[in-house]
Amino acid sequence: MSSGWIVLLPLLAPLAAAAAGLLAWRAPRIQAALGIVGAGAQLAAGLGLLQQVLREGVQAVQLGSWPAPFGITFAADLLGAVMVVVTGVIGLAVTVYSLADIDPGRRAFAYFPLVQVLLAGVAGAFLTGDIFNLYVCFEVLLMASFVLLALGGERAQMAGALTYVTLNLVSSALFLAGVGLTYGITRSLNMAELHLRLGVVAESRPELVLALAGLFFVAFGIKAAVFPLYTWLPASYHTPPVAVSALLAGLLTKVGVYALIRVLTLVFPPLPGVGTFLLAVASLTMVFGVLGAVAMFETRRILSFHIVSQIGYMVMGLALVGSDSPAVRAAGLAAAVLYIVHHIIVKANLFLVSGIAARLGGSFQLARVGGLAAAAPWLALLFLIPAGSLAGVPPLSGFWAKLAVVRAGLAGEAWWTVAAALGAGLLTVLSMVKIWTEAFWKPAPDTATPPPPAARWRLALLAAPSLGLAALTVAIGLYPRPLYELARRAAEQLLAPSNYVAAVGVATAHDSARGDGKGGQ
Amino acid sequence: MLSAMIAGLLVAAVLAPLAERRLGLWAAPVLAALPAAFAAVVLLNFPRGGGVALTEVRPWVTDLGAELAFALDGLAAVLALLVAGIGALILIYAGGYMAGKATRGRLLAYLLAFLAAMLGLVLADNVVTLFVFWEATSVVSFLLIGFDHHKGESRAAAVQALLVTGAGGLAMLAGLILAGQAASDLGLAGTEAWRISAWATVDLRQHPHYFPTLLLILAGAATKSAQWPFHFWLPGAMAAPTPVSALLHSATMVKAGVFLLARLSPHLGGTPEWGWLVTSAGVVTMLVGAGMALGQRDLKRILAYTTVSVLGTLTMLLGVGTELAVKSAVVLLVAHALYKAALFLVAGNVDHGTGTRDITALGGLARHLPWTFTAAVLAALSMAGAPPMFGFVGKELLYTSKLDLEALGAKLVIAAVIANIALVAAAGMVAVKPFLFRRREPPHPPHEAPASMLLGPLLLGLAGLFVGLVPATFDRTLGPAMAAAILGREVEMKLKLWHGLSVEALTVLVLSTVTVAGGVGLFLVLRRRMATARRLLEHASRVGPTRAFNASLAALPKAADRLSRLVQTPSLGRSLSVIIAATLSVAAPSLILLGRPSLPAGLTEVQLHEVALAVLILAGAAMAVVFPKRLAAVVALGLSGIGIALLFALFSAPDLAMTQIMVESLTVILLALLFAHLPPSPERSSRAERLGHALLAGAAGVVMALFVLVVVPGSFPPSTSEYFLAESFSAAHGRNVVNVILVDFRALDTLGEITVVALAGLGVWALLRLKLGNDRGGEP
Repeated sequence: MSSGWIVLLPLLAPLAAAAAGLLAWRAPRIQAALGIVGAGAQLAAGLGLLQQVLREGVQAVQLGSWPAPFGITFAADLLGAVMVVVTGVIGLAVTVYSLADIDPGRRAFAYFPLVQVLLAGVAGAFLTGDIFNLYVCFEVLLMASFVLLALGGERAQMAGALTYVTLNLVSSALFLAGVGLTYGITRSLNMAELHLRLGVVAESRPELVLALAGLFFVAFGIKAAVFPLYTWLPASYHTPPVAVSALLAGLLTKVGVYALIRVLTLVFPPLPGVGTFLLAVASLTMVFGVLGAVAMFETRRILSFHIVSQIGYMVMGLALVGSDSPAVRAAGLAAAVLYIVHHIIVKANLFLVSGIAARLGGSFQLARVGGLAAAAPWLALLFLIPAGSLAGVPPLSGFWAKLAVVRAGLAGEAWWTVAAALGAGLLTVLSMVKIWTEAFWKPAPDTATPPPPAARWRLALLAAPSLGLAALTVAIGLYPRPLYELARRAAEQLLAPSNYVAAVGVATAHDSARGDGKGGQ
Repeated sequence: MLSAMIAGLLVAAVLAPLAERRLGLWAAPVLAALPAAFAAVVLLNFPRGGGVALTEVRPWVTDLGAELAFALDGLAAVLALLVAGIGALILIYAGGYMAGKATRGRLLAYLLAFLAAMLGLVLADNVVTLFVFWEATSVVSFLLIGFDHHKGESRAAAVQALLVTGAGGLAMLAGLILAGQAASDLGLAGTEAWRISAWATVDLRQHPHYFPTLLLILAGAATKSAQWPFHFWLPGAMAAPTPVSALLHSATMVKAGVFLLARLSPHLGGTPEWGWLVTSAGVVTMLVGAGMALGQRDLKRILAYTTVSVLGTLTMLLGVGTELAVKSAVVLLVAHALYKAALFLVAGNVDHGTGTRDITALGGLARHLPWTFTAAVLAALSMAGAPPMFGFVGKELLYTSKLDLEALGAKLVIAAVIANIALVAAAGMVAVKPFLFRRREPPHPPHEAPASMLLGPLLLGLAGLFVGLVPATFDRTLGPAMAAAILGREVEMKLKLWHGLSVEALTVLVLSTVTVAGGVGLFLVLRRRMATARRLLEHASRVGPTRAFNASLAALPKAADRLSRLVQTPSLGRSLSVIIAATLSVAAPSLILLGRPSLPAGLTEVQLHEVALAVLILAGAAMAVVFPKRLAAVVALGLSGIGIALLFALFSAPDLAMTQIMVESLTVILLALLFAHLPPSPERSSRAERLGHALLAGAAGVVMALFVLVVVPGSFPPSTSEYFLAESFSAAHGRNVVNVILVDFRALDTLGEITVVALAGLGVWALLRLKLGNDRGGEP
């Protein structure tokens, strides 16, 4: 079990960096350095973890060595490990970007440690095998993201943060209620054990399990920003500094999607009608999200609505677990996983690039900028790659993600949802093109107020993370096989929860605990 | 081999700007050597008959049906020759055309990238490969149409083209996937199902998804090849620099749709659905394009509409699908590529030499641009279908193939004759009107183009003449190979200028003569009545799809906004209502199905102080609702929270109570601080709204209560609590089980919650101290 401790590292590394950073309260420089170290360590730990999971299967560790299900279990399957790696990538990219983007005021108020706490919370959510601990991770995430959103106290920020925190607290409350009720029914919080016990409950009282799943669905649906629960997202994501937007846009909603995947594949047994329901939700999410994007003329608002729309594609992949065909279920889940990874990289990058564009052009308002293709051709390229990927232009990462989802959808005969996916895809192209033609192609309007040119080192620091993420996008695009293979294997694992349950070891631990009353220690 | 050559073109594209800076004028000819070499390789490996000369398969994402698969059959080879050959000439031309402009390197780069994409497309043998290159041509086309992006019309045209072809592309993607899945259903295993050439071994037409598959793929082909009603993006694409129009928007890319039809006709064609859909789309497009061409005054737009017309003809022929029809499609496709590219380059030379492309401002240029004029005449004769040009051979075959078709034939022949008369007239307007007749004063004194810009049009024009005179160079080699690939069987081809004296041959000859004579007559009339033609056209296009498209594109943001606002509301109250309603709708039905819950025992023995606490909690909640001011409401909620804390304390959980009090206080403080930053309390909602909210909130309460009641413990052993009690002292060395749970059994939860509290404190601190200016932020 000692090797299992690597499961905790992606959580502990940024948390330690945050704690150390807070000790160095008056030294934002040290905090920044710790931030880089923490995010880098998280990425390294994530990669190590992924390798181990690939080699040895699901990894689990019992905190405090209290045997499952009595203590808290951390468990990493392929999905969790992949998500942690992507978290590390985004954490590192955003932290580097922040070095040049975040003002001294915010730095002085622990900006960098806050980011680290957020990263720790995200990793915790991906790795915990305990439903209440998942709730705690969500709380950490919520509070860290809320403070990051509000930090600075600008008026627009406050309005956005208020909506954000209110609606997300409702989500937390629903989640907590769900956890409480689940515990009331099953007397367990361990997700592996819940898998066993809710399966038993579902045999005698399927309606109860369905109602419970509904509660979790709404709670995570808010987090994931699905139709019609997404209103908090477009109301808040455009208000903070762009580095914060990028971080939240890349990671937070995907934690919600992850939680949906986790509870629907592990915690709950297959539920009747859930596939059809999720397909409808997915379709509406894709369409309404992209409609919002079409209506907007401010870069960050466009990008924010696109998050919603893209969540629909992920939910569509997940929805196919309701299919009768095992091949379709596997293809759908694999597509969802691929989509999540692609989307995190691309969406965070788009925000980063939009920040550079606004820095050079003077505004996020499309009407007030222009001429960037001529003024900064390198930036045009940096934008084209993630924008094209988001729009599904082959052979960038988004194309493969969309191909996988559409293929699975067609195989599952989800005609209307496929139609929605393709229609939303076209409107995605339209709104990415809108940013391109307005900010890059159109000559700068007379009203444009470009700020004084930024220092070279600053631009380089802003561009470097974006370049790295763009390179990832292109690499996945040209050579998608390893990632798809990973997604496919992750899906297989998710569809065979017995591996996860065995790795956590609940059935056996439980029996032995009842037998002699003694635990691990 | 094939993929390496395509990759080579891409590398050249990346290096082109650098090469341009180093080599200047010589960059274009040097770069042109690459596509020329490509053409040479294709020629050297030219497939015989219906065979395949080169194949290449590399795994890509096999689980998604994606392979990098290429195959050089007759169809691919002829198109690759056209693309690479014309591409090389146009690269050279572009070098001269853009001389002295800073954007020359970029144009060369785009053109090379386009060649790579287009060659990949025609060589593709896997549906995903095909789609990847298909979309790549659309993207490069977008960048090229918007090349002069400081002009609004260029940007609009680029967006229009991208949206139309992009929409078709997405439909086609779905169609191709359906086709691959159908092939898989019909027994092709693994990636075989996604290889187009392998479809020959199954019959996709028998699959139940055949019709939707066909419709979706046709949508892709029709948009790309500018079939009515999707034709309008092509004239708009003329905003691109002329070499681009010559290469992409006449000779090669717009043929991609026709190519797709040709590629798939052995697998999907031959059914009544195919026949009707493809033929009728083609006929309408042929006529609309021909008619619209006559009302234009811009050389390039005239050419664009004639291109639309020819694309319609090609589509029609593939829809008919008989051997003769396919053969004439083959001839027409090649002939058209040659003459149309030449004519565009001529138009470029005229523009370059005079500063205008408006034919009403052009005349008598023959003396000043003799070589351009020569090329124009050669190409226009081919376009007009006059002997002895290649175009003549093509038209003869076209008429013959229709006559072949009994009943339908007569109507199609009439349509084709009408369209061709218009094409002849258009050829006159492009190649005769600017060069002969009265001299006009163009914007600057006319001058001939440099050699680099004459090579292309002259060679292309001469090629048309050469093939017309020596048809054996085509009908023994390229022609039958391409026709065989389309028909899926070996064919023979015999082209000749003179068909002898049989009744059929004479009928065709008469039709040809009528066409040319009618066209010349129409041209002579039109030359004097241009204004009338334009007015007529304006009337006609008032109802056309162009307007419909532009109007919907313009109306889209508003409509999208209205729809989006159905959900996206600035009102927090409404968002909350939606969430609560959603919770009710997913949870309530199941709960109701569960039946009446049984009330747990002991619910009746309620103590007085418990009632008092309940009243306190409820009162807090009620006050929160009633108080008009936000701040007061928050404080009232705090009261509720304190009540809950006391409840905890009462049921022997003092630690919980303490936490609750802390959290409540912090919440109140945080919210109060937030409010200080917000505009004053908004208007209270209306009575009806409040009633709605009350009902919703009440229902939510009822559902939560129901939930709690139906959760009957006891079905599982309380092993966890037993374990905690048993182990707390012996293993964890603590007497207070709750404390042990918090700091040992579930220590991580506590660590997390400590972090939350610390963050909250930090947040409050920062809110109090840090107030940045409000100069930035998201408000529009």
